[in-house]
Amino acid sequence: MLLTVGDVHATYGRFDVLRGISVGVAAGEIVAVLGPNGAGKSTLLKAIAGFLPPRQGSIRLSDEEIAGLRPSALLRKGVVYVMQRSSVFPKLTILENLEMGAYIRPSSPEVKADIDRVLGLFPQLAGRRHQRAEGLSGGERRMLEIGRALLLHPKVLLLDEPTMGLAPLVADLIFEKILELRAAGTTVLMVEQNARLALEVSDRAYVLEQGQVRVEGRGQELLTSDAVRRAYLGGAAPR
Amino acid sequence: MTLEIALQSVVSGLMFGGVIGLVAVGVSLIWGIMDLINFAYGEYLMWSMYLTFFLWAGLGIEPILTVPITAVVLFGAGVLTYRSVIRPVLRGPIFAQILSTFGLLVLLRYTAWLLFRPDDRQAQSALATSVVVLGGLRVSGGELVAFAGSLVATTALFAFLAYTKTGKALRALAQDREAALALGIEPDRLYALAWGLSTAAAGVAGALVSSFMYVNPLVGDVFLLPAFAAVALGGFGNVYGAVAGGLVIGVVNVTGGTLTMPKVKLALVYLVFVGVLFMRPKGLWGR
Ligand SMILES: Nc1ncnc2c1ncn2[C@@H]1O[C@H](COP(=O)(O)OP(=O)(O)O)[C@@H](O)[C@H]1O
Ligand SMILES: [Mg+2]
Repeated sequence: MLLTVGDVHATYGRFDVLRGISVGVAAGEIVAVLGPNGAGKSTLLKAIAGFLPPRQGSIRLSDEEIAGLRPSALLRKGVVYVMQRSSVFPKLTILENLEMGAYIRPSSPEVKADIDRVLGLFPQLAGRRHQRAEGLSGGERRMLEIGRALLLHPKVLLLDEPTMGLAPLVADLIFEKILELRAAGTTVLMVEQNARLALEVSDRAYVLEQGQVRVEGRGQELLTSDAVRRAYLGGAAPR
Repeated sequence: MTLEIALQSVVSGLMFGGVIGLVAVGVSLIWGIMDLINFAYGEYLMWSMYLTFFLWAGLGIEPILTVPITAVVLFGAGVLTYRSVIRPVLRGPIFAQILSTFGLLVLLRYTAWLLFRPDDRQAQSALATSVVVLGGLRVSGGELVAFAGSLVATTALFAFLAYTKTGKALRALAQDREAALALGIEPDRLYALAWGLSTAAAGVAGALVSSFMYVNPLVGDVFLLPAFAAVALGGFGNVYGAVAGGLVIGVVNVTGGTLTMPKVKLALVYLVFVGVLFMRPKGLWGR
């Protein structure tokens, strides 16, 4: 496994939000984390990304323990996080936002080339590179956030609800991009509300409930499992 | 009261307003990046004026030429203040943060009082008495140089914020601290830098006004309230607005004082300050 979360407990105050979670992601996989609101999905990503150090348990990248490291240290090891809420810098231009994605890298021609490559990946952004990010639509913001993360050459990309609030066509586009990233060798652990779509693109999935893993399995299996469908997908599977 | 005197005072007000603009940018920078009001800001300016005075009195250095020295020394003082006083209270309640900069005001002011007594001191400079005639209006050479110097310093700071990677990171940090952290933009070093830049601006302003203003331990008040008013006018945390606010406040301060009585000019500034907040709580050019 590239990323192994073992029996992690995490808390904001008195009550554990994560209560002994174990999750694994193999290199090259897309793994989805599903579950109802408040299950602890975002908290799991925050714990991995260094924003909420686990109270107990281990988080390993390959064979190295990374639990409790600062976000800046984790970035340098290739663990890159895109949070649930919009996190573009609204008053910076698209180009400046991308430059901030490469903040920890020394300025160099390679960084410039990488920025051009990201702009090539998201043509919607390329033509507006000198405009402020506050003018972007929800989907474009997501693309900018993902593009910014790519400048750090992630080994593991943590995406928290990348399609939240997006129109179906835009959500499809984001998922297409995620598949492209995987094809290029990036490993993805993503939280999704849109379970059906998420299960279609992911190799494996975990269903969280009240801070624990309830079900895990291959995406296609979960998609057709009656129990999961009733509990988390709402209604019968399409026949 | 003739029109000429009024016009004269407007020009003089704009000159002073340029300096207030620089001071307001210094205040606004810390507010914008850290959501923190530095009540002690005027005291850094006062200390810079003393530094200029003693460099002149002791070594005979022309006041205007002390700018790089006061800038560097005050930069260091700002970084030191951040590391020793501000960083520990950042995690505390907002009340602790307010008290800490207020405590700094008292400490810096009365240390100066103790050391230098409440006497007025002024460096003597040929600049102070020189007069430039601009389109029929007389401008003191010292004020003109202070105005130009403030604009240069402000422009340099803006260029730094706009075009350098570190400047962009400072702006990113001001806009979204958590998002910055997720990209490895560590706040601590940048906060220290922001404090250094902010107090360096006070250092520059202090040296620039020293050729034509007396220094005493209370002189910080002459700048702090107008600067706060300029920050409010410019929109809190909007460093560009702060400059425009500074020019307006400078004119209110000087022209208002000339048209009424010198004693009431700070009251007029305060009136503008409260008036703006009443009409537009986010500031005139606030977002
Ligand atoms: N910053 C916070 N402080 C306190 N409690 C929080 C915080 N963030 C989330 N929680 C609580 O932790 C639980 C899990 O939240 P979260 O991980 O965001 O759920 P999900 O992403 O699965 O919807 C919820 O009960 C939520 O109210
Ligand atoms: Mg969530």
